[in-house]
Amino acid sequence: MAPRDDTGPREFRIVGTRPVRPDGIDKVTGRARFGADMVMPGMLTGAVVRSPHAHARIRGIDTSRAEALEGVKAVVTRRDFPAEVPEDHLDVLDNCMAGDKALYDGHAVAAVAAISPSIARKALKLIEVDYEELPHVTDVDEAMKPDAPVLHEEGGDETVPAAVSRNVMHRYEYGHGDVEAGLAEADAVIERSFRTAATHQGYIEPHACVASVSPDGYGELWVCTQGHYMVRNTCAGILGMDEGDLRVTASEIGGGFGGKTTVFIEPVALALSRKANRPVKMVMSREEVFRATGPTASTSIDVKIGMKRDGTITAALAELRYQGGAYAGSPVQMGAMSAFAPYALRHVKTIGYDVVTNRPKAAAYRAPGAPMAAFAVESVLDELCQKFDLDPVEMRLKNAAREGSKASYGPTYPRIGLSATLEAARDTAHYKAPLGPDQGRGLACGFWFNFGGDTCVSMNLTPDGTVTLSEGNPDIGGSRASMTMMAAEELGIPYEQVRCTIADTGSLGQNEVTDGSRVTFAVGLATIKAAQDMIRKCCQRAAQVWGIDADAVIWEGGAARPAGPNAGKFAPMTLAEIAAIASNTGGPIAGHHEANAEGAGVSFATHLVDVEVDPETGAVKVLRYTVCQDAGKAVHPAYVEGQFQGGAVQGIGWALNEEYIYGEDGRLQNPGFLDYRIPVCSDLPMIDTVIVEVPNPGHPYGVRGVGETSIVPPMAAIANAVSRAARVRMAELPMSPPRLLAAIEGSRG
Amino acid sequence: MTQLHITTRINGDTVEFLCEAEETLLDVLRDRLGLTGAKEGCGTGDCGACTVTVDGRIACSCLMLGAEAEGREIGTIEGMATTEALHPLQQKFLEHAALQCGICTPGFLVAAKALLETNPEPTEREVRYWLAGNLCRCTGYDKIVRAVMAAADDMRRV
Amino acid sequence: MRYEAPRRTEDAVALLAGEAGKAQVLAGGTDLLVRLRTGFIEPDLIVDLKRIPAMKAIAAEDGGWRIGAAVSGIELGEHDGVRRDWPGVVEALELIGSTQIQSRATLAGNLCNASPAADSVPAMYAAGATVRIVGPSGSRDLPVEEVPTGPGKTALARDEVVESIFLPARSGRSADAYLRFIPRTEMDIAVVGAGVSLALDGSGTCTAARVALGAVAPTVILVPEAAELLVGSRVDDATLADLAAACSAAARPIDDKRGTTAYRTRVAGVLARRAAAIARDRALEKA
Repeated sequence: MAPRDDTGPREFRIVGTRPVRPDGIDKVTGRARFGADMVMPGMLTGAVVRSPHAHARIRGIDTSRAEALEGVKAVVTRRDFPAEVPEDHLDVLDNCMAGDKALYDGHAVAAVAAISPSIARKALKLIEVDYEELPHVTDVDEAMKPDAPVLHEEGGDETVPAAVSRNVMHRYEYGHGDVEAGLAEADAVIERSFRTAATHQGYIEPHACVASVSPDGYGELWVCTQGHYMVRNTCAGILGMDEGDLRVTASEIGGGFGGKTTVFIEPVALALSRKANRPVKMVMSREEVFRATGPTASTSIDVKIGMKRDGTITAALAELRYQGGAYAGSPVQMGAMSAFAPYALRHVKTIGYDVVTNRPKAAAYRAPGAPMAAFAVESVLDELCQKFDLDPVEMRLKNAAREGSKASYGPTYPRIGLSATLEAARDTAHYKAPLGPDQGRGLACGFWFNFGGDTCVSMNLTPDGTVTLSEGNPDIGGSRASMTMMAAEELGIPYEQVRCTIADTGSLGQNEVTDGSRVTFAVGLATIKAAQDMIRKCCQRAAQVWGIDADAVIWEGGAARPAGPNAGKFAPMTLAEIAAIASNTGGPIAGHHEANAEGAGVSFATHLVDVEVDPETGAVKVLRYTVCQDAGKAVHPAYVEGQFQGGAVQGIGWALNEEYIYGEDGRLQNPGFLDYRIPVCSDLPMIDTVIVEVPNPGHPYGVRGVGETSIVPPMAAIANAVSRAARVRMAELPMSPPRLLAAIEGSRG
Repeated sequence: MTQLHITTRINGDTVEFLCEAEETLLDVLRDRLGLTGAKEGCGTGDCGACTVTVDGRIACSCLMLGAEAEGREIGTIEGMATTEALHPLQQKFLEHAALQCGICTPGFLVAAKALLETNPEPTEREVRYWLAGNLCRCTGYDKIVRAVMAAADDMRRV
Repeated sequence: MRYEAPRRTEDAVALLAGEAGKAQVLAGGTDLLVRLRTGFIEPDLIVDLKRIPAMKAIAAEDGGWRIGAAVSGIELGEHDGVRRDWPGVVEALELIGSTQIQSRATLAGNLCNASPAADSVPAMYAAGATVRIVGPSGSRDLPVEEVPTGPGKTALARDEVVESIFLPARSGRSADAYLRFIPRTEMDIAVVGAGVSLALDGSGTCTAARVALGAVAPTVILVPEAAELLVGSRVDDATLADLAAACSAAARPIDDKRGTTAYRTRVAGVLARRAAAIARDRALEKA
């Protein structure tokens, strides 16, 4: 991507304001249609039989009694899927419908489609699965031991050392310099081990879809997903369909946070529909969401950091062990890459192990892999600050990565905003406010890469001059508003003159999933370029009408104008005027842009939190919270703040109470919102925000992704606050009341 | 299977429906009456996305049988705006960006409306505790609480 | 499954008695519907009590209060008389679930669900409540602590229902309080709960007390040895410390997903101490 044309600060007309989102009224009146809100004629209800065992060989499945039940129209097992599927879809298929083995509690083993939910439920009970239970392992450190039960006989790849279990699938290493030499220069070295529990994205909308496959092999799918193009490609690959034969429409999506970046029930619904020759609706229960979708990894991490008395970090080392459930692909690679990304270090090394266990396959969760690493690293940094009596902001500023710093994961940074967020935190009233008894203040930094990726946008001019913008990324938190704003900004027209649609897979080229904080950056970039394309065409039409050269026409204030006095004297032609005569000047006018977007700028944040600890119960109350994050340029500041606040609160949940609890039997004990405790409204204070704007040189308006960085610092910030308030260092998440009380009482001897 | 014949009022209209005894009010609203504004986030009364009013009080429609609606007065999100205008809460939710994905929004609005009808001048703490049964995973609740307080302000001025 | 909503208690009893299959009583339904949905129970008959006028009433009786089995948390909380006399019982019921749950949840349902962690039950134990049970051969009254017999089990026969709960008369400087510990501020099941009811004389000396704990044994338990410590004391800090130790000693909890044995044991004492102090302060305010 070319750098910004104009180097000076740009004056914006619409970007930076807070208009009402275009899909807002539908969402406050109950009209918006989410995944489970779709009805198709003759629709059946699908339901899934799931393994009650953590690890079991499937000796046989008898579906005959279910098939014989009146009202049952189809039953599918793995046999109803192709024996051969593309290599990159194999694990996904096996996760959606088990083959030889059930690999976790909740693993799908069969599915039915029936004329009503109650008949579908009855049919599930009539399916008999013959299991041979196998030893299981759900803990990451246990799974790495050489004698641990093995999930996949073939084991890991060539990067894995010989002495560890076959459950280790890959080993990663990043860094530069000589860590041992660096540690020798330190006045103190602190080494500590950390553990974090697996957590779930906790989106309020369970997965839902309606599939319809007709006898000619053509399929349609309505689904709540973060990426309907991904759904199309994956389902087509799994089912042996041509991608063009499956049209996927994204419903409104009730939260995802990374958890809806893969498929679970979608290929099953399509297989049932194909077999029954009827549309099939599938909606997960909340219990199924917890047991059988994609939580994030649980981890075990060792961090060792050397520091001089003045706060200079001399060397840093981390070993990260992440279990990502039953298949390779835990987010440890990004944990290892991001662990020390905020700091300019001469000597740094991170090692990551990707481990499989008998748990559901991890999916992405907001900055996947980074929050756990940041928790460990920022905790040790805080302990070093305490040891040398250093100010947490000043110590971090001293070591902060800047433009030109070599990141621990390889690249050299362009212009970045870490120091600006630290200074913003230091300048808040919050940072200077006094603390009461049993209260503590914690600070931590976080980093996320941000992504770009395949993007395809189309923009059409209607005869009355309104502009319809079609993009291919589900709007998960107000992105229609951002796209509409950027289109209107570039075209020089009012916000209200643009309409944004999320197009189905039949209408646009490939679009990468709504992930990696990519949408406002990449789709925004494509929208701006599509608008420029439309402007170019509008200028040509005006030139044609005026009988002058297209080069002699400029676009300003939403209208084509002669470039200067030499071009001729013509009244400006607005977009509406050009639209009105389009039919006579060559036909409809459209702009479009397709690219694999590069130049996503990294984003840093500094979080500041005050907590109060009840030393008799171990209860933690969050008293005050401030997020300072670099947004590059905030297109719609209210939704940027919303991303900051939402990420911080998910982090509060992860820090204090959220965890996947497995019993000795390998079964998930808390598959519901009662005992998987996401924060409720009364748990929280207002979440203050400071939007720092250090423009991204890779985007015309300077935009950086903002969605993910906000979940990276909270656990560390809260752990630092709790550790200071309770005067005991907490190294395990969640810091639940029993765990904290035990630590407090343990520290008293 | 024998179905029950139920007569109730929903958003001011008399409505009759047939349902199985085990069907919840939420199932009836969504699958039999096409009122899909109430959402099922958990089915166990833990998330509040299915909140409706029953004789003026908020309840989780997933924790109530459809048959229990006989003779009651049910209110859903679909009945919140008048033909002329959005309810002030709906307007403030839009202005304050109090929704991101929007799945929890109908439940929050129905619950918040009931709050302001019983307590026109709630404190932040009262708002937070009243809404503790409505889970939102996107916003961190900040903008929701602000929108409710702003709507309360507006409604007191009218 | 059949659904019936009788208008009289005896009709409810007759329905239960006449059902050959499995029958379930529906009051607020906040537990029952969850168990229905998860397939944990598959009843043939559901008997809804909410159309029985006597079960929806709160009535003054012998200086105390008779609370119908289908009275919801909100309805109880709106009743000034009960709130004045038994603030601990009211706050315990009000702690259950969300505002939405409060429009449905009932004291009787919480009791008959027979969870050791039920919030209102320790408060009712401490209050010395009496439960009126109606069956085919008439009604009987049981002390509340004789109703739960184990997790999910009660002393009710299959054709009996709870019609009402009676909270006795309150006089002078007496008050109650209930506290529970949950990891969040709302929406959780109690990890530990503690209910205390006491009466003081003119000098502030405790003349009577009852102490109950939740979620530390298979049922809610009374801790008479803790109550005895209060009687004769001025409920001062030293007494409260002894009370905490007695409650921790009486706790026989288990490790589960919600808490550890050590945690529950420790916090049972902390909460009992804090609840007793609140009850004392409430009683002193009555002067």
